Order: sequence, then structure tokens, then C-alpha cells
Amino acid sequence: MKQKEGVIKPKTKRAKRFLDNRAPKLTENVKNVMIMKGGNTSMTVTQALKDIYALKKPSAVLYKKKNITRPFEDSSSLEFFSKKTDSSLFLFGSHNKKRPNNLIFGRLFDFHVLDMIELGIEKYNSLSAIKNSKCPEGTKPMLVFAGEAFDHDDDHKRLKSLLTDFFRGPVVPSVRLAGLEHVLHFTALEGKIYMRSYRSLLKKSGCRTPRIELEEIGPSFDFVLRRTHLASDDLYKTAHRQPKALKPKKKKNISHDTFGTKFGRLHMQKQDLAKLQTRKMKGLRKRRGPAAAAEGETSLKTAKVEVE
Amino acid sequence: MAACSIEDLLAKAEQDEAEKLKSITVQKELDLEFDIGNLVAYDKNRIDIRQFREQKKEDFLRSLARDNTQLLVNEIWKHPTERVEEVIVVKLPEPTTPLPREKPPPKPRPPTKWEEFAKLKGIQKKKKTNLVWDDKVAKNELHRLRNIARAQKIKVPGVGLTPIAQQSKSDLARAVNVAKSSTASAGKFQDRLPKEKAPRNTGKKRKFQPVIGNFSNEKQRQLDLLKVMDSKKPRLDVNKAVNKQMREVDREEAAAKFKKGGKKGRKGGNFSGKGKGGGGKGKGKGRAGGKGQGPPSGKKGAGKPGKR
Repeated sequence: MKQKEGVIKPKTKRAKRFLDNRAPKLTENVKNVMIMKGGNTSMTVTQALKDIYALKKPSAVLYKKKNITRPFEDSSSLEFFSKKTDSSLFLFGSHNKKRPNNLIFGRLFDFHVLDMIELGIEKYNSLSAIKNSKCPEGTKPMLVFAGEAFDHDDDHKRLKSLLTDFFRGPVVPSVRLAGLEHVLHFTALEGKIYMRSYRSLLKKSGCRTPRIELEEIGPSFDFVLRRTHLASDDLYKTAHRQPKALKPKKKKNISHDTFGTKFGRLHMQKQDLAKLQTRKMKGLRKRRGPAAAAEGETSLKTAKVEVE
Repeated sequence: MAACSIEDLLAKAEQDEAEKLKSITVQKELDLEFDIGNLVAYDKNRIDIRQFREQKKEDFLRSLARDNTQLLVNEIWKHPTERVEEVIVVKLPEPTTPLPREKPPPKPRPPTKWEEFAKLKGIQKKKKTNLVWDDKVAKNELHRLRNIARAQKIKVPGVGLTPIAQQSKSDLARAVNVAKSSTASAGKFQDRLPKEKAPRNTGKKRKFQPVIGNFSNEKQRQLDLLKVMDSKKPRLDVNKAVNKQMREVDREEAAAKFKKGGKKGRKGGNFSGKGKGGGGKGKGKGRAGGKGQGPPSGKKGAGKPGKR
């Protein structure tokens, strides 16, 4: 079936596969990031963009040229780029006098901007500045968010969701235990957000669970929260709507009570209780002996009486 | 004394356990929240700002990160593991944090032209039954493969007989004989039933004279062959040919009569036989000629009744 809504009708199987990969699906692909520069950038910003590109390597595109756009005012070029590369996350770096060393983290839904959060870099240590052996590319990182702000403040809550979406990587059913190397730690303190990236070493402890030792590797940022452009509540809700097919199918006739006991339900046909097979108690059986004979006599007698 | 020592032992055992777990236990006011599906931990504890300022920032953040990561790893290690190709892998549960989708859920595709037509007409999808074994097809296939083998001069072992659905008496007899002769001594010592007859048509189907044998016989035979080739006489047994033709024509007539229900007698076909006989005396092509004439005349008769 080669029906396709939109401009392009695929003429080859390869093209069809390509378009099907980009089409809306039940379980979605890993989100791609597009990393781009604004009209004017500083060394810090360019280096920071390169480092984040290194962190997100397989599922990221780094644009080399400058794009003279302002995401907070006009997001049309962002949307165009996202359609081209099938990316739903973006990172826009720029530098000007008013907002020095600016990074805008954002995500899109259905190729329209959903959330945008602007963070200013106050202090930055690049990957190359910290001389350590790094984690291999593509390792799924462990994320930690510390600080009360991430729980109380709305902007920080959205930022938490955005950063999780940004850095989590592909969703996998299982993970190699020895491969849990990379840790990204975000601390919200005094209006600032500290991002640190560590490599975790699993040391022997007395028991099965290892002891963690951390070694700082990757880029470290001290961010300050600037402007935000958050999605309206209903758009946010629409973006979260999951298709029905993904909901776990409820198993019928199984229920759990408050104690966690599992109950099942069996449906039986109606039983004839007269023909029910119960245990045979030999002692309770009717005995054939003098008692029975006496009964027989009495019945005979009664019969005779009736006849008469 | 003994009682004391048991208590001491227990206390010591507990101490040892605590020692072991000391390396991986972390004291926190509030427990962390985990989303193991995404490898995320949320720490909602208050961060001591004074301590943060006193200590070196990096060290403070690193120790905080180490504690949180330790707790996260403890939580991950609680999940079931399995061994996949010499690698120990932990099975992650489903992610719990709701994150927005990339694209809206897929819409059900519009019905195709056929689907609409089928709905209109009320046509239901019928499942095709599995292929049914047919003896004729099997036999055809066997002969086809045997022909191929013969053409390519590949040796084919004699398998025996193909199974037939409705077997006639001769088929059964042949099957019995094949079965009997497929023993180690080729059926030489197989007993026969009292009234069973010896199998007919066994032996070679073609007989060739030995290469070097009766020279005079061979010479005579070759001279006879040359004489026949020279004679220019018809190699036809006229009687036999005539009888055969008459029988064929009679059969055709009977079939045609049966078909038409015997409305009107077939006059057209009656005299054709003798005519053929006369023609047959010709060069030897008479037979072919007669045969050529027979069917058309039969058809003529069949074609005409409407007009009559």
C-alpha cells in the first residue's frame, strides 16, 4: 500500500522504509537532537555545543554554520530543520552582550515547539580540559537530580523533564551491569543549576552490590536559569497522550487484594448437588442386618393392614 | 559461659554484616525516588548551603553525587538479573516518568478501495485452507523429476510406487509384488499365499540381442531388414488397420449418440468406414487419409440436427 499523505509518494521500497521510519508509530524511535549556533557565538558556546554533541553522539546532528534566528521570537526555521532531520530535541547556542553564553534547550511535538528553556553558562569546563579516560560513546547514562527546587518550582520541574528527555538515550528492556559507567548529576541550588558528569567505578564491597567511586570526566557546567517558553497545559497533555494499544492488557478474572494476595476466578457450570461425589464414609453407610429386617417386617405389616 | 558465647557470636555476626553493608549504605533524611526504567534518581533532600560554601564546591558536589549514585545503584541491583551470552544483564522495568511523545499517535489508515467494496458488498475474508495432497499431482511431480534426472543423467534410486487414492486390482497386485521383492534377497525367499499367482510382466522391458553371439542369425536379420526397406511395399497389415478404424468409429458414434440423447440417427457416419477401407489400399498414406476424414464426417452429423 503506497498511500502517503503529504507531498512525497515513495517510488522505491527503500524510500518507503525511510518514510515509514519517520512516520508516527506506537513505540517511537530515539529522539534526535539538532545542535546549532546562532548569529554570534563565543568560544565557550562552540566548545560546549561540541561537548554535548559528543555526549549524545549517535542520535545528534551538529550544524557547523550559523543560523541567524531567534528561537524565542520565531521558531519556523527550527521547525523546518526538525522536519528535515526528524529531530524532536534541539540545542541552540548563542552569545551577545545582553545574554552571554546562552544555551537554549528545547523539544518539539509534531514538529512544533513544545518547550524551550534558556540557560546561561556561568562556568564551564570542557571535556578536553579534564584529562581522564572517558566513557565509550553511546553508553546510557544514569541521571540524578538533587535539590528541592526540582520538586517545588514549576520551571525547574519542566527543566527536569526536559533534561531527562534530552539525556536519557534509548529506552531498553535490560542493561549490562558492568556498563553502568556514566553518571550525570544535576544540582539545583540558590537559583543555579550545576551539571557534572562522572564516570562511576564499581568497586568490590562485601556483598553483591558494588561500592561506587566517582571520577569526573565530561563537561561540567554552572547554569543559570534565564527565559522559558513552556507549553500550555492542554498542548502538554496532548503530547503525553499514549495510544490505547500501548496500555498493558488487563488479564481478566485476576484480582489482587490489599495484602497483595492474588485471586483468580473460575466460572463453573451449574452442578447437580444430588449427584455430587463426596467422600465415602464407610461407617455412615446403611447397614444390612437385624435393623433392616425389622424395618422390612414393619413395612409388610403395614401393607397387610392396608389391604384389609 | 556457653550462653554468653552464643550471644557474643550473634552480636559479632551482626557487626560483620553491618561492616559489610557499611560501604554501600548511605544515610539520607528523605528516601530518593527512582525511575529505574530511565535510570533516574530524584533526591529531594535539602542541601546544606553553608556546607556547600565552606567546602570546595567540586568536592561537595562530588560527594553528593557519589551518595546519590550509590543509592541508585543499590536500587538497580535489587532488580532481577539474567545471563545473556556470557554477560550479566539486569532486566529493567517500564519507565515511570511521563515524557511527551515525539509525534502524535498514529491514526488508523483509511480503508483501501477493496476494503470499502468488501464492506459494501458484505464480503468476509475467508481463510484459505491448507494445501491438500492429491495423488495425481504427486505422481505428476514424480515423473517430472524423473524426467529431469534422466535428462541430466543423474542416477535415481528406484523408490517403488507412488501411492494412489483409488487402487485397482492390478495396482494392488503390483504394490504387493514390489513390497515382496524389496527384501535383502530381492524376494527370493518370500512365501506366497496358497492361491497367489506368480507376478506377470516382470523382467526386462526391452530385449537386446547379445553383442557377440549368433553371427549367422545377425546376418540374416540385417539382410531381411534391407529387403524390407527396398521393397517399397506398404508395411501395413490392411485387415488389422481396417478393423481398428471401424472399432474407433463405432465408439465415436456411440459417444455422440449418447450425448445427443439419440434424437435422430446418425446417417452421416455409417458409410465412412468402408470408404476408408477402400482408401486404405492406397500408398500407405491411406490410413492417415482415412483418419483425417473420419472425425469431420462425424462432426458434420453432429452439427446438422438443428437444421433437420
